[in-house]
Amino acid sequence: MSVKIQIENYHFYYANQQVLKGINLTINANEIFSIIGPAHSGKTTLLRSINRMNNEPNSRAEGKIYLDGKDVNTIDENILRRRVGMIFATPIPIPATIFNNVAYGPRLKGIKSLAHLRNIVEKSLRAAYLWEEVKDRLSDSALRLSGGQQQRLCIARALAVEPEVLMMDEPCSGLDPISTAKIEEALQHLKKEYTIILVTNNTKQAARVADTIAFFLSGELIETGPPEVIFTRPKDKRTDDYISGRMG
Amino acid sequence: MANQSFRIPPILNQRIAQVLLWLATIITLLVLFFIIIFILIRGLRVINFDFLFSLPLHMGKAGGIVSPIIGTIYLTALAIILATPLGVGSAIYLTEYTKENIFTKIIRFGADCLAGIPSIIFGLFGFILFVIKLRMGWSILSGGLTLAFMILPTIIRTSEEAIKAVPTAYREVSTALGGSKWQTVSRVVIPVALPGILTGVILSIGRCIAETACVIFTAGSSLRIPTSIFDSSRTLAVHFYILTREGISMERAYGTAVILILAIILVNFLAYWIMYRFIRRMGGYVG
Amino acid sequence: MKEKLIEKVLLVIACSAIAIIFLIFLFIFIEGLPVFVKTGVIRFIFSSNWAPTKGNFGILPMIIGSILVTFGALVIGILFGLACAILLACFAPKGVTRVLKPLIELLAGIPSVVYGFIGVVVLIPIIRNTLGGPGFSVLAASVILGIMISPTIIAVSLDALRAVPLAYKEGSLALGATQWQTVYQILIPAAKSGIIAGIILGMGRAVGETMAVIMIAGNSLKIPRSPLDPVRTLTSNIALEMGYASGMHQEALFACGVVLFIIIMILNTLALLTIGRRNG
Repeated sequence: MSVKIQIENYHFYYANQQVLKGINLTINANEIFSIIGPAHSGKTTLLRSINRMNNEPNSRAEGKIYLDGKDVNTIDENILRRRVGMIFATPIPIPATIFNNVAYGPRLKGIKSLAHLRNIVEKSLRAAYLWEEVKDRLSDSALRLSGGQQQRLCIARALAVEPEVLMMDEPCSGLDPISTAKIEEALQHLKKEYTIILVTNNTKQAARVADTIAFFLSGELIETGPPEVIFTRPKDKRTDDYISGRMG
Repeated sequence: MANQSFRIPPILNQRIAQVLLWLATIITLLVLFFIIIFILIRGLRVINFDFLFSLPLHMGKAGGIVSPIIGTIYLTALAIILATPLGVGSAIYLTEYTKENIFTKIIRFGADCLAGIPSIIFGLFGFILFVIKLRMGWSILSGGLTLAFMILPTIIRTSEEAIKAVPTAYREVSTALGGSKWQTVSRVVIPVALPGILTGVILSIGRCIAETACVIFTAGSSLRIPTSIFDSSRTLAVHFYILTREGISMERAYGTAVILILAIILVNFLAYWIMYRFIRRMGGYVG
Repeated sequence: MKEKLIEKVLLVIACSAIAIIFLIFLFIFIEGLPVFVKTGVIRFIFSSNWAPTKGNFGILPMIIGSILVTFGALVIGILFGLACAILLACFAPKGVTRVLKPLIELLAGIPSVVYGFIGVVVLIPIIRNTLGGPGFSVLAASVILGIMISPTIIAVSLDALRAVPLAYKEGSLALGATQWQTVYQILIPAAKSGIIAGIILGMGRAVGETMAVIMIAGNSLKIPRSPLDPVRTLTSNIALEMGYASGMHQEALFACGVVLFIIIMILNTLALLTIGRRNG
C-alpha cells in the first residue's frame, strides 16, 4: 500500500486557541480512512488544512502535510483542490440544473465541448449511484432533489473533476437510512479508484465502512487502527469511553 | 394600566382601532390613487402618435414632446452607462476582494450618506463643477455625469447588499472544486446576486427619469433634439415643470405627466418582473 | 496571469468610485467654507437676514422653514402611512396586500414635480378658499410632502411588521389577547427599529425635497408665523437662486448645501444605528 497523505507534527491555531495539537498520521492510497470523535475535536479543521481551505484571518499553522510526498503548500491551491475533493456536511447544490452542477467543476478546468461534458456528467453520476434516478431530468433544478439525492449530487460534482482523494465531512448527517446506505455502498466502489477520508460522528458507520479509523479528541489524535482493534481492544481508555458511549 | 373606574374593554378597543385604521388607510390610498387618476384622465386625451413623435412648438404651447423624450433617454442612458460598471465593479471589489476593515466601513458610510443627499445638492455640484468650471456648459454630458454621480452610491450599496446575500457556502463549493477567485465570483456569486443588482440599477433608472432639480441646472432646457452630448437638452420632468411654471399649456403638461408616470410604471414593473422570474427560475443558469 | 489583471482592474474601478464619493464631499465643503469663515458660522445659521446682494447671509428663516415643513410632513406621513402599514400587515387579507404593495412602491417613484403640480392645482385653492391666506403655505407644503413620503413610510414599515416572527403573534393570541392588543403591545414594539428607520428615511426625503416645495410653499424670506404663511426651505433657497448667483452669493448657496448635508448625514447615521441595533 502506498502512502497518499502524510501529516507530520501538525499544529493549528485559531484566535488564541490551539485547535490541532501535534497531529501525526498516514493515509494510504485506496483506503477508506475514517476520522471519528466528538464535536470540536478539530476533525473538520484537519480536512480543511489538507486542501488549504483554512484561510481565516487570525489563524496559524505549524508542521507539514504531504500529498504523494509533496508539501501541499508547494502545490498550486486550485490544482490541489481538484486533486483533493471535498464534500460538506450539508448538501449544497448550486442554484442551477443538475447537469450544470456536475459540469461546474470540469467547466472551471476549461472543458467546453458539450459532448465531453455529457460524458463526464454521466460517469460521475453513475459513480455516485445517482444516474438512474436523474438521467431523464438533467435540466431540472438541482434544488428539487431530496436531501439524500442532493448529497449524492455533491459527490458526483466532486468526482467530475477527477480527484485522487475524496474528503467527506459527515456526509450522511441528516440523511435518511436509505440514502445513507446508498452512499455507503457507493463508497465501497469508490475506494477502488480514490482515497477516501471520511469524517463521521456515527461510530457504527465507521465500523461498517472504514479500513482505518482515527480517534480525535479536543484537537489531539488519540489512536489509530483498523476497526477490529479500535472497537474491541482499543489501546487508549478514552477511545473505549467514546466508542461505548460513555463520552461525547 | 392603573385601576380605573372606566376601562374600555379590549374588544371595543379593537373595533375602534380597526375603524380608525381603515379610515386612515382608505384616505391615504384614495389620495394617492386620486393623484394618478387625476393626471391620467386629463392627460390621456392629449396622447397620440403626433404628440409622441413631433417637436414642441412655441415653447411647448403646441406640438409634441419628442425632444424631451429623447433627452430623457440620452441622459438616463449616459448616467447608467457610466455609473453601473463603476458601481457594480466597486461593490464586487469591496465585498469579494477586501476584508472588512475600517476603510470599507468608511466607504460604506460615505456611500450611504450620499445616497440620501437631496438631488438639488447634486445639481449645485454639477452646475459649478461641470457646467462652469470644466466648461462643459449646459449639456447632456454635464447632466449625465451629474446623474451618474447621483446614482453611483445607490448602485454601490444595492449591489453590495445583493452580493453579500449570496451564501458563503456557494463560494466554498466553487473553491473546493478548484475555482479561482474570479471564477467563483463570475460563475457563482454574480449570477446569484444578479437579480438584486439589476433591481438596484433599474430603480436608479426610475430615479433618473423622475429627476428635475438636478437636471435642470446641468443639462439646461433646450427644446431641440440633441445631436451630440455637448448639446443642451430637456427631460420630460423638466419640460413638465417649465410648462406648469410658466403656464404655457396645461393640456400638454398633463400629457407629459402621463408619459412620465407610464415610464415609471414600466420601470417598476420591470424590476418586479426580474425579481419574480429569477426567483422562480433558479435552475436555469449557465455555469 | 488573468486573475491578477482582473483584480487590478477591479481595484482601479473601486478606487475611482471612492474618489468620486470623496470628490463630491470635498467639493461641496470647500466651496461652502469661505462663507462660513467670512460670515461666521453662528451668524450664518442664526441670522434672519438673507440679502445676498448686500452681502448678508443669514439662513435662519430657511432652517426654520425646513424644520416646520418637515415636521408637518412627518405628522401626516406617520399618521396615515403607519396606519396604512399596520392595516395592510395585520388586518387586511393577504391578497389585498400583495396587490397594493407594488402600487404603493410605484407611488414612491412619481416625480416630485407632479406632486407639486397637484398641490398647486388642487390643494392651494382649497386652502385659500377655506382657510384664507395666499394658499402657498407651510400647510400646503406639509400636506403635499406628507403625501409624498407616505409611500416610503408605508413600504418600510410594512416590511418591518411582516418580518416579525410569526411566533410572537401566535404566542400572544394563544394567551387570549385580541388582535389589536397583539399588534399594539407585541408587533409594533418588535418592528420598532424598522419602522423608525422608515420614518427617518421619509424625514430625509422631506428635508431634501425641492421641486414640490418651490411650487407650493410660497418662497417668502420671512419666518412664518402661522401654518398659512408662505415659507422657504434650505433646498428651495438653493434652487431659486442658483440660476443667477455668482461669487460670494454662489458660495453662500454651497454653504446652505453644507448645512443640509450635515443635517442629512446626522439623520442617516441615526437611521443606520437604528437598523444596526436590530441586526446586531
